[in-house]
Amino acid sequence: MSLSEQQVKEISYLARLKVDEGEVAQTTAELNNILALMADLAKIDTEGVSPMAHPLNMSQRLREDEVSETDQFEVFQKIAPKTGKNHFLVPKVIE
Amino acid sequence: MTMHKLTVAKLSKGLKNKEFSALELTEHFLTRINQSDLNAFITITDDLALAQAKAADRKIADGSAGALTGIPYAHKDIFCTTGVKTSAGSKILNPFISPYNATVSYKLNSADMVMLGKANMDEFAMGSSNENSYYGPVKNPWDKGKVPGGSSGGSAAAVAGRLSPFATGTDTGGSIRQPASLCGITGLKPTYGRVSRYGMIAYASSLDQAGPLTQTAEDAALVMNVMAGFDDKDSTSVDREVPDYTQNLGNSIEGLKIGLPKEFFSEGLDGGVAETVMAAVKEFEAMGASVAEISLPNSAHAIPTYYIVAPCECSSNLSRLDGVRYGYRCEDPKDLEDLYLRSRSEGFGAEVKRRIMIGTYALSAGYYDAYYLKAQKVRHLISEDFKKAFRNVDVIMGPVSPTTAFDLGSFKDSVSMYLTDIYTLSLNLAGLPGMSIPAGFSNNMPVGLQLIGNYWSEEMLLNVSHQFQCQTDWHFQMPEGVGV
Repeated sequence: MSLSEQQVKEISYLARLKVDEGEVAQTTAELNNILALMADLAKIDTEGVSPMAHPLNMSQRLREDEVSETDQFEVFQKIAPKTGKNHFLVPKVIE
Repeated sequence: MTMHKLTVAKLSKGLKNKEFSALELTEHFLTRINQSDLNAFITITDDLALAQAKAADRKIADGSAGALTGIPYAHKDIFCTTGVKTSAGSKILNPFISPYNATVSYKLNSADMVMLGKANMDEFAMGSSNENSYYGPVKNPWDKGKVPGGSSGGSAAAVAGRLSPFATGTDTGGSIRQPASLCGITGLKPTYGRVSRYGMIAYASSLDQAGPLTQTAEDAALVMNVMAGFDDKDSTSVDREVPDYTQNLGNSIEGLKIGLPKEFFSEGLDGGVAETVMAAVKEFEAMGASVAEISLPNSAHAIPTYYIVAPCECSSNLSRLDGVRYGYRCEDPKDLEDLYLRSRSEGFGAEVKRRIMIGTYALSAGYYDAYYLKAQKVRHLISEDFKKAFRNVDVIMGPVSPTTAFDLGSFKDSVSMYLTDIYTLSLNLAGLPGMSIPAGFSNNMPVGLQLIGNYWSEEMLLNVSHQFQCQTDWHFQMPEGVGV
């Protein structure tokens, strides 16, 4: 499977990455070069093999439903690019 | 003054015996770092280090010092540190000053250790040469025209260049072992779940694991005593007792069963590296170990499997970097979408973008089964190979990297660099522990021997490595000019 330039544009948008028009051809070639490496995977017999999502056969640990964090919004807002009225500011979304 | 040549174990004794103070030691290393041209550090924390050293001296004076009180270290810039910039080698985390400490940072602080600075690395730990850092490449102390390996390249160069006796690293596909090998030092990648990942900026969450880079296995054991352990802040941390890793270092390795996977010695392995590795294996035989050929039939599949699994996980992990809550934001965004697109595009480097796009594609509707699910199944096969092998052998040995350190700028495309990870990836996919220890030289550059153990066998790996280091002095070889 190899990617078309149109697909690369779609993927980059999904990933919220901007690929300039002049770079689409090169990016497509680079990604296809990487994907060529994956071609062999399809040939491996994995009939009846269960997927391994995680190295240790463990289930999610649960804890008591108790408050463990204190409110630190000031600390976290201090490192934000732009804040106002205790919120993170972004350009206007609704006109 | 030659304090910089000493191991953590010797420095610890020297501090206790008042041969030098923590402050003198710290000042000595800071001077070396400031005079160095290796680019091993992104941030040098002079003031903090001096304050920590003074505090350590007070503890030594009043008799409350621990084993590592006053020992300086370089901290890979992937671990969050309160009040000190954490960049992960990326422009997108410039500026980012973490409001909290990683558990590893907290533990090293609690052991009264002295942080000299934050070590350079490939951006978000993606790379095998340290050339993917926004802060520029790191040079190999053995030959400044060559790479130190990656992604923990700054950490490895700092220890090999004797700018620090110990450095932290992280290993997702070889990022501790490969730079340790290329720089001629000792590196340990523990079992997945052994060291907390809390506050360690995630690349691929099911593969990432932190560990030490040191001169010797004994030093790695000393710092593992501090780094390892259960952490309820990391949901993948394992609640399992931490042994005293120094306790069994002296055990004899008589009767140790070593397996050599034939797939690790086939085409693509440099002749000089193969010879050096085999000479080390012979040394083990002379020490009473037995050697048998084994097979890990799926090991060649580790490359495509890893380069699906890791990008999938990174595309998800790095989606949080959006220019809104912390880190880099583009100038004058015209709307919210422009803010996301430009902040991310201007903030991430080329290799990170490629991996995000590969991951995004492999997880997208219609392709998930062919790529991600398939890779997870092959991951299972790779892990089963190891399970079978460990029924017959105690430890697997082989090369870490197919070649010694390569020239800066010699790889022009991603794929040829990916192929150099062939011997290190499979153990991350399985979650197993591994080490690289200095085994000799080929063309005047260091060669590492890789040791792979079964789950939770760090103690055995450290013991086996220590015994080798009692018989050899490869780990004490230093680049020219460092010993003075």
